[in-house]
Amino acid sequence: MTPPAIGATRAAAQLYLDGVSRSFDGFKAINGLSLAVQPGELRAVIGPNGAGKTTMMDIITGKTRPDAGVVLWNGDTDLTRLDEAAVARLGIGRKFQKPTVFETHSVEDNLRLALKAPRGVLATLLHRRTADEDARVTALLEQIRLAPQRQDQAANLSHGQKQWLEIGMLLAQDPALLLIDEPAAGMTDAETMETAALLKSIAGARTVIVVEHDMDFVRALNCRVTVLHQGAVLAEGSLDHVSARADVIDVYLGR
Amino acid sequence: MTRLIDRRTGLFLAALALATLAAPLVLPTHLIPLMGKYLCYALLAVALDLCWGYAGILSLGHGAFFALGGYAMGMHLMREIGARGVYANPDLPDFMVFLGYDHLPWFWWGFASFPYAALMALVVPGLLAFVFGWFAFRSRVSGVYLSIITQALTYALLLAFFRNEMGFGGNNGLTDFREVLGFSLSAPATRLALFGLSAAALAGCLILARAIVTSKAGKVLVAVRDAESRTRFLGYRVEGYSVFVFTVSAMMAGLAGALYVPQVGIINPGEFAPANSIEIVVWVALGGRGTLVGAALGALVVVALKSWLTATFPDLWLFALGGLFILVTLALPNGLLGLAARFARPRPRAEVSA
Ligand SMILES: Nc1ncnc2c1ncn2[C@@H]1O[C@H](COP(=O)(O)OP(=O)(O)O)[C@@H](O)[C@H]1O
Ligand SMILES: [Mg+2]
Repeated sequence: MTPPAIGATRAAAQLYLDGVSRSFDGFKAINGLSLAVQPGELRAVIGPNGAGKTTMMDIITGKTRPDAGVVLWNGDTDLTRLDEAAVARLGIGRKFQKPTVFETHSVEDNLRLALKAPRGVLATLLHRRTADEDARVTALLEQIRLAPQRQDQAANLSHGQKQWLEIGMLLAQDPALLLIDEPAAGMTDAETMETAALLKSIAGARTVIVVEHDMDFVRALNCRVTVLHQGAVLAEGSLDHVSARADVIDVYLGR
Repeated sequence: MTRLIDRRTGLFLAALALATLAAPLVLPTHLIPLMGKYLCYALLAVALDLCWGYAGILSLGHGAFFALGGYAMGMHLMREIGARGVYANPDLPDFMVFLGYDHLPWFWWGFASFPYAALMALVVPGLLAFVFGWFAFRSRVSGVYLSIITQALTYALLLAFFRNEMGFGGNNGLTDFREVLGFSLSAPATRLALFGLSAAALAGCLILARAIVTSKAGKVLVAVRDAESRTRFLGYRVEGYSVFVFTVSAMMAGLAGALYVPQVGIINPGEFAPANSIEIVVWVALGGRGTLVGAALGALVVVALKSWLTATFPDLWLFALGGLFILVTLALPNGLLGLAARFARPRPRAEVSA
């Protein structure tokens, strides 16, 4: 294998993408993308609209198959062969760009469905609630600050609250890696900063990859930044490092 | 936590028990099979609501599962006629003698046994739904495309069962039944027993459906309906859940058909007509999708209305059905139960979004 010119080596990386490409009707949404993320790392991915950030997450989570390239989990599991459910069961949680929760379920039931537990039909048919689950749900509700909304229908939450509920559902899965697509969209400044603090507190024990546009948010994360452009990595490093680069300013920051 | 028997299910079951006990006292015997038939339709509506109302699978082919259950029972009733048919052939039903069969086709084997036929009334619709669902849901066919192929399924079966060569009595179907388990089908006691069984089947399936929808699996089904991709990314194999609920629902429909046939005395390919399956959807929509009890009530209301209209204004029924469908879609997105809830409480908590 050729040594990659990216953040971590293939062996050390928890998530490792190399030379990944995917086109839609001839348009290369992802074009030779390489990325390596280490366990416990907090990583921000930025880039203009259409850079391929969401598509990258689709490829990692089994929703979209790449035309070419390697996507490895823990150095040995080929993620491109797995479907969404299988990738999720490996411990990779994903938050969508548009907050997606189960609208007609209560906030509590949303979390209960996400709790790490057997996912088969028979297991859920015969499932009985346990005190341990109740305690985990209560703790999660505290963490995402939705304890007062426990019994509310998720449809009645505000946009920002839905974002948090969805992050809570990710945490309930007890994932090793969280992929978070534009969490601050539609949030107030205060909520944005709280979300950044929440994600920072999650990282370390888990790996967190965040896609975001809001530069104040990315600055608050205070982590390594990857700039995506036209489906490939344009720059990588600290926010100060990448935002000083002329090419990055050209395509992204200098708009 | 959701209770297995919530208030409206409890009310419905109590009313059903009361009506079942009172019916023989207040109704003339010749109306009892009609009431039994209505209960079979109510059961069919509960079956459809389980997969449409909770899992979002809008089947436009549930009439096919009902008809297959009916045919399985009809085949047994034909075999039970034995040598007492017009041609007095102990081995072949009359229509086969008439068509020149010299032996019983293999797929009729075993139907002389009641337990076997009863089992087939569940297994055949269940197996068809399982295989059909397996291919459809694994290829992620959903929404309107799924509805269209289920409609095509029932239409294909309609055409197939019309053919004499299929061995199911062709156009005329199966009829002239005499007895079930040795009891004359025209005897008042047999009719009462079948009516009582229909009520028991409706109650039993309603409770089973409640058990499914109040379990964690039922919450997963609603999750699939609300946000399928979210459910997948949480690690659930959505197709497994869809196949499961579709199969259970088809088996309930088959049971309804099996109870229906001895009470109406005939099963013919007309039961596979696409319009029948659409009518089931109207029952559920009118009663209130995703409520189970509402679906049963919707069936009873529409079928009673149909009986009355087809007797008084025979030409009007199809217009009435169409009008009802439009009315429900535009004015009653949560059906009659939704309407009732709106009057009962100032701000209803909508259980189903249209
Ligand atoms: N399933 C798809 N079919 C066709 N085009 C797609 C599909 N998914 C993404 N694209 C295209 O790929 C490009 C990258 O999109 P996306 O990954 O959503 O960008 P970003 O999230 O960085 O804004 C866009 O031009 C988009 O239209
Ligand atoms: Mg995006």
